[in-house]
Amino acid sequence: MKGPRADFAVIAGRIRRGAKVLDLGCGDGSLLRHLRQALDVRGYGIEIDDAKIPACVKNGTNVLQMDLESGLSGFDPGSFDYVILSLTLQAMKNSEHILSEMLRVGREGIVSFPNFGYWRNRIQLAMGRMPVNDDFPHHWYDTPNIHLCTMTDFEAFCAQHRIRILERIALHEGREVTALPNLRGSLVVYRFGSSAG
Amino acid sequence: MDTATPDRSAGAVTPQRASFSEPLALRCGRSIASYDLVYETYGQLNAERSNAILVCHALNASHHVAGFYADDPENIGWWDNIIGPGKPIDTDRFFVIGVNNLGGCFGSTGPMSLDPSTGRPYGASFPLVTVEDWVAAQARLADHLGIDRFAAVMGGSLGAMQSLSWARQYPERLRHALVIACAPNLSAQNIAFNEVARQAILTDPDFHGGDYYAHGATPGRGLRVARMVGHITYLSDDAMASKFGRQLKNGSIGYCFEPEFQIESYLRYQGGKFAEYFDANTYLRITKALDYFDPAFEYGGDLSKALAAAKAGFLVVSFTTDWRFAPERSRELVQALLRNQLDVTYGEIDAPHGHDAFLLDDPRYHALVRAYVDRIHAEIAAGAQ
Repeated sequence: MKGPRADFAVIAGRIRRGAKVLDLGCGDGSLLRHLRQALDVRGYGIEIDDAKIPACVKNGTNVLQMDLESGLSGFDPGSFDYVILSLTLQAMKNSEHILSEMLRVGREGIVSFPNFGYWRNRIQLAMGRMPVNDDFPHHWYDTPNIHLCTMTDFEAFCAQHRIRILERIALHEGREVTALPNLRGSLVVYRFGSSAG
Repeated sequence: MDTATPDRSAGAVTPQRASFSEPLALRCGRSIASYDLVYETYGQLNAERSNAILVCHALNASHHVAGFYADDPENIGWWDNIIGPGKPIDTDRFFVIGVNNLGGCFGSTGPMSLDPSTGRPYGASFPLVTVEDWVAAQARLADHLGIDRFAAVMGGSLGAMQSLSWARQYPERLRHALVIACAPNLSAQNIAFNEVARQAILTDPDFHGGDYYAHGATPGRGLRVARMVGHITYLSDDAMASKFGRQLKNGSIGYCFEPEFQIESYLRYQGGKFAEYFDANTYLRITKALDYFDPAFEYGGDLSKALAAAKAGFLVVSFTTDWRFAPERSRELVQALLRNQLDVTYGEIDAPHGHDAFLLDDPRYHALVRAYVDRIHAEIAAGAQ
């Protein structure tokens, strides 16, 4: 994607003023800082990387050093309005578990990930190579991305797991793509809730 | 990154003494009519009196937190690696206070002190003091120094229990609590270790029921064993293995009870050194204060309710190899703080040293404390405008 975190503006646009937000894999805490300053959001971030924790503190973000792979057991059910997982899902081992945890702890989940169905990836695969491009800068042997999916894959997953998709925004170079999103969108943001009840 | 160099010292310091003549009611039901607290300060209190940081000590430490004594330059404060000019707790910006707790043996009123009503040392008659009592006494020291509200109260281990208690007891009197290598109460295993330590002291024939001063004796054997037991719990299995392993002192086994393994020799040395300067009655009382600490107890075990009054921002830090106060215990605390929607930052440092890690200068740990304290500084500066 072009520019720093094209998904941030889209995510911020989905959050209600004054909401309680949990940001999983919050990095240096800049999304939460933005949400706090722009929307008066009360937020906490989770991050595992030692090097990023002091950066979060400098950004004035409440950060908790924990491993997402072990779930969100320290958080009460329904204790957040939104749980965000931005550009992290594809690098997680327990991706299935974290999505259910997001809906246990939060009323809504917001997830963003690079769309593997984007046409450029499809062409590179058709040419016989794993995609290496702006969205997937790593090679197959050094990539942290172990759970890649297309929009269609993700939506099928949600249907199977009783996750109700509330909103879907496909992006390319920071702009929304409405026609043929699974082909033309390189980055995608989903807002979802539980379909039970 | 931590840019402090080891020679950036708070400099030569002189302990000071504050006397309090208003009786202090203690949790045990008794009260102490008058008492002294010995303390040290580093840095300058600003005009707004908003830049004070109180440092609470753990089991065996004192008010000598940073710097050194002009007449004893080797005697460096116990947390000097984190407190000083340019260090994470920057004494160029903050006014830092170290205080010896009530019941201590480094100058504050304690079992060794003369009881004004008898003219003899308190000894066995000195009351059992709690974390809450210490905090109440520290609050009077804050009054004495004209500090209404601390920028932060901080401590590690038992010291962290005091900063946690500050946030409950005096929510208006601190902006931040730094709670490092803490637990919201002691586990049965923790209490068990403390009881072994106490039994070593209580059964020493030189203990004389706690009035050993009158006999010109000290229960040094008991104190040595107590310290040896404690020391084992401060280190991780791995840290002990890498430091000592099964190394033999003299290269071969002698089939005797003299110290043969390096670890035996180390523990005896640590125990012996400790027994020379620490008072057994103080040790007994401090281990009891640890055992009794349990803010959730009065709230049916609900730690979040116990912290409902707290307003401070929290920095909670644990160390992965600390089995005495394991990270799970800090996470319990974090959960309770989250339930109260308090500002909290939690660092879980993957340090190999066990409980003692809070005293060491792991760069990840110090970088986190530095960033957090820098933020406190910015907050104070913004408040002053």
